[in-house]
Amino acid sequence: MNEISEGIIKALQLIVSGDPKIYGIVSRSILFSGTAIMLAALWGIPIAMLLALKDFPGRTIIKGFFNSLMGIPTVALGLVLFLIFSNAGPLGFLRLLYTPAAVILGQAILVTPIVISIATTAIEAVDPEIMSLAKTLGASESQASFAVLKEALGGVMLANTASFNRAIAELGVALLVGGNIAGLTDNLTTSISTYTQRGGPDLALAIALAIILLVIVFGINLILLIIQRLRK
Amino acid sequence: MTLAAELRNVTKSFSGRTVLDNINLPIHQGEILALLGPNGSGKTTLLKILAFIEKPSKGEVKFQGETVTDNNAERMRMQSTMVFQKTALFSTTVYNNVAYGLKLRRTPKSKLDREVKKALRLVKLDGFEKRSAKKLSGGEQQRVALARALALNTKLLLLDEPTANLDPKNASIIEEVIAVANRELKTTIVMATHNMFQAKTLPHCIALMKNGKITEVGTPTEIFGKLSKNLASFAAVGNTFTGTAKATAAGTTMVNVGNGVQIEVTVQRQGEVSVFVSPQDIILSKSAVKSSARNVFKGRITEILDLGSLVKLKVDVGKPFMVQITKRSFSEMALNLNAEVFITFKASSVHVV
Repeated sequence: MNEISEGIIKALQLIVSGDPKIYGIVSRSILFSGTAIMLAALWGIPIAMLLALKDFPGRTIIKGFFNSLMGIPTVALGLVLFLIFSNAGPLGFLRLLYTPAAVILGQAILVTPIVISIATTAIEAVDPEIMSLAKTLGASESQASFAVLKEALGGVMLANTASFNRAIAELGVALLVGGNIAGLTDNLTTSISTYTQRGGPDLALAIALAIILLVIVFGINLILLIIQRLRK
Repeated sequence: MTLAAELRNVTKSFSGRTVLDNINLPIHQGEILALLGPNGSGKTTLLKILAFIEKPSKGEVKFQGETVTDNNAERMRMQSTMVFQKTALFSTTVYNNVAYGLKLRRTPKSKLDREVKKALRLVKLDGFEKRSAKKLSGGEQQRVALARALALNTKLLLLDEPTANLDPKNASIIEEVIAVANRELKTTIVMATHNMFQAKTLPHCIALMKNGKITEVGTPTEIFGKLSKNLASFAAVGNTFTGTAKATAAGTTMVNVGNGVQIEVTVQRQGEVSVFVSPQDIILSKSAVKSSARNVFKGRITEILDLGSLVKLKVDVGKPFMVQITKRSFSEMALNLNAEVFITFKASSVHVV
């Protein structure tokens, strides 16, 4: 019990003192997951638009496929990506394994089904007349699609928040393709895992990082909630 | 007279079902053309084809002398705009809604502000710029939609049931704006309606539609002057009945519309006629009202339709009558389905054709 309370006190001291090691890990986590969700949005939102607005054979199957991938175990995906990125794997020549790029790419793939599924539902919920309305006011096909996307903005933001939460909180992908290399690919979750296993004085470090992780997740959700309230 | 647009042998089918069947319709520059027909007669589809957001399955559409194709549809759309029956608004301010089409046309900011203001003044919504469009009342929302279309000053303006389900105040503002737009901006207007009164007063020309076909085209006087079979078949739409007229000793006319319902009218007519009574002109009461009104019928409420501040009721007195009352009266009278009520209207409120 003593060890835990001491750990928490030390953790708070570390956070307040602005320990460079901790802030390195935190900024890497935000950078990796932030870039990952931007990538996922970049390819996920156009796919969601297509799934929501165009009628083509196999559409329901594709939607179901992305829906079921929302809950994919991160270690399983991490392992698959490890095999693909490893020297013997099909993308081994890119030398991505154990680089920040591998973590970013891995997390982007992990959250893509979340972006697609939530954004598709949000776009489908927009009044179907909006597309026709925009067109009859003079919009081109792409301008009209953009008008629909704007109407679904709340849902698209929710898709991105959910993705960011999943990306920053996941361990499997970051550990298996990033390798938890200190100062290069270690992030909040991989570091929490390592420092907890080491125990002793490092436990305080793990606690400090866990507190920061929770603050980030809750903080971002709170900010988005406020933005959505203001928009209304 | 120059043609603003023309439909030639236009047929439209949706998954095997023919919605428009070989339509030929010239639309003259500067006219108000009303498409009059019951629900499902193809009016909305015809408007969407004229707005170039639906393509005909067969046939040709000409606009400003040019045949509309996939290649020029986007350019054509800049000169034809449509206001939908179910008001569709963007979730933003009134200003941004009205400015949307103008922004697409790259209108400079100073002109943009001026045009938005002008359009809002036209629909009597001055100063509503910063309001959230979706928080306005149904009638105000429809007026924003109309302002948004008018701001573009297109050659062709298409209106799908512009006053359906609106209270009389909003409906009359919209009707006035339509007349002004046509008279002063010289906009050619095609409007779909199943409102007989609107069709009688606003348009220069009426096209009667039924089952995807145009059955008759003519001026309001021509169409309403002769008792058209199609016109009579709209009876189901709203308080339109056909029957045999007989003069009474008092100098009025009694029209027997069947099922024991005899409607007294002031116009002197004989033989087969159609009669309309506006839902707003009917008084609803729980007991028979002693008044000067000549028509009093007892019946039951068979349908209740909530329109926001208004309630529309269907009362079966042997023939179904639509009655429109305020929400407040509705709650104060504690009405419900199957309730026994009386409807009362003056002989002079009945329109006869």
